[in-house]
Amino acid sequence: MLDLSLLVQYGPALLRGFGVTILCWGAGCLIGMVLGFILMLLRQIPVKPLRWVIRAYIEVIRGTPFLIQLFLLYSGGPSIGLRLEATAAGILGLGIYGSAYFAEIFRAGYQAVPKGQVEAALSLGMSYGSILRRVIVPAMLVSTIPSIVNMMAILTKETVVLSIITVPELMYEMQTMAAETFATFETIVGMALFYWLLVEVVSRLGRRLEARVTRFLTHASPQGSSTQTATARA
Amino acid sequence: MTTVSETATSPHSAMAGDAAPMVSIRGVSKSFGTNEVLRDIDLTVNKSEVVCLIGPSGSGKSTLLRCVNFLEVYDRGEIRIEGKLVGYTEETPRRRLSNRDLRSLRRNVGMVFQQFNLWPHMTALENVAEALVQVRGMDKAAAGAHARRMLDRVGLAAKADSYPARLSGGQQQRVAIARVIAMEPHLMLFDEPTSALDPELVGEVLQVMRDLAADGMTMVVVTHEMGFAANVADKVAFLDHGRIAAFGTPREVFHESTEPRVQQFLQTYHERNSF
Repeated sequence: MLDLSLLVQYGPALLRGFGVTILCWGAGCLIGMVLGFILMLLRQIPVKPLRWVIRAYIEVIRGTPFLIQLFLLYSGGPSIGLRLEATAAGILGLGIYGSAYFAEIFRAGYQAVPKGQVEAALSLGMSYGSILRRVIVPAMLVSTIPSIVNMMAILTKETVVLSIITVPELMYEMQTMAAETFATFETIVGMALFYWLLVEVVSRLGRRLEARVTRFLTHASPQGSSTQTATARA
Repeated sequence: MTTVSETATSPHSAMAGDAAPMVSIRGVSKSFGTNEVLRDIDLTVNKSEVVCLIGPSGSGKSTLLRCVNFLEVYDRGEIRIEGKLVGYTEETPRRRLSNRDLRSLRRNVGMVFQQFNLWPHMTALENVAEALVQVRGMDKAAAGAHARRMLDRVGLAAKADSYPARLSGGQQQRVAIARVIAMEPHLMLFDEPTSALDPELVGEVLQVMRDLAADGMTMVVVTHEMGFAANVADKVAFLDHGRIAAFGTPREVFHESTEPRVQQFLQTYHERNSF
């Protein structure tokens, strides 16, 4: 019989695990995006060896299972002097894994920025830093938000792998519960519920974000009001 | 128009002084691979002059224009703006200008593009104010007020808070012109400014350009609008296969030129526009 009272009994542990999952996911996404953005920028520099190194990095990360990367970092790390606590290793691992995918997403976004918008900024004497911040990144956001949100949703599910290196996240707590009570079915139901909830929240937020950054395509003016009021203000 | 404080002029430009023409192009050549798009171009544009570059597509007129603010790199010869060498240092062998020096040169040279190239995520006002803040270092309020006056000058004060997607092509191009004149350039480059517009919207953009010319702006205009070239330009340069095949006043080029390529080009133009 399905005994959902188990989920209540193990509630605090599960919620703690859920918290760790969200922490690892959030921090991992952040690191992944920052690293990915830096990789994308470095790739624009016309130095061939640098480009090869970055490409090799991306291909290796995308071409090997996340589990193996995580083992290498956590178990292999100490042999090169990199001694990380499980959660830190998990976050860094997720970040590195995500960075390769984010780098590709950003590269596509960068290439999709209309050249003329950059030329207009150059011809006005704007610096590359200003152009990046004020012209390129906003244009990139528009084309890449769906892919970014998609990757973030994928990463929520990759967090389960962290349980293998004993990060006390949701999967780990669930397995503990299953081992102590033999309630396999309840465990699976509980897990599905939590991850579904997380992915749902992520994609909802993603949709709102997308609407926010593409507002200029659908609204007449920043206030979202009609041009009449804008005229009155002017 | 409010005056924004002038930047310190370098010793070199001070030396060149008022005597130097606004633009001086000497022996400029450029190749894309084996394809020579500009061949030994000589052209002088004096202060407050309007010079139109005309010619068949692929003749190199847009490339020449883009070399003037170094959006396109020229291989040989030299281009000077108010005496200052564009894109390169004065030493021999010349090196590329640093990005900083290139930027300070470009801020005095405005460019209007065929595709307007407004930033779609900014309102008309924000488009005009952006470079005032980022390049001129004005504070936001002052930049906004100045931008509003520029929009007023092109007749678009009412559209200040509209995003480009909500503006017609003609309005977008006028915003693009306001964005350039807000920087108070010494020279404006127009790269086929009306070619992407529906015919009924061409007039409003040309009117703004006429007003600028009347105010004494120095302009180099790549255009297919022969009427504008004939009525507004001080000089017309006809380009063909990367060379200037004819140069002179509109009358000299359009009516007195015996150059067969000019004749042929104008013939094609007349046929296309009379039905």
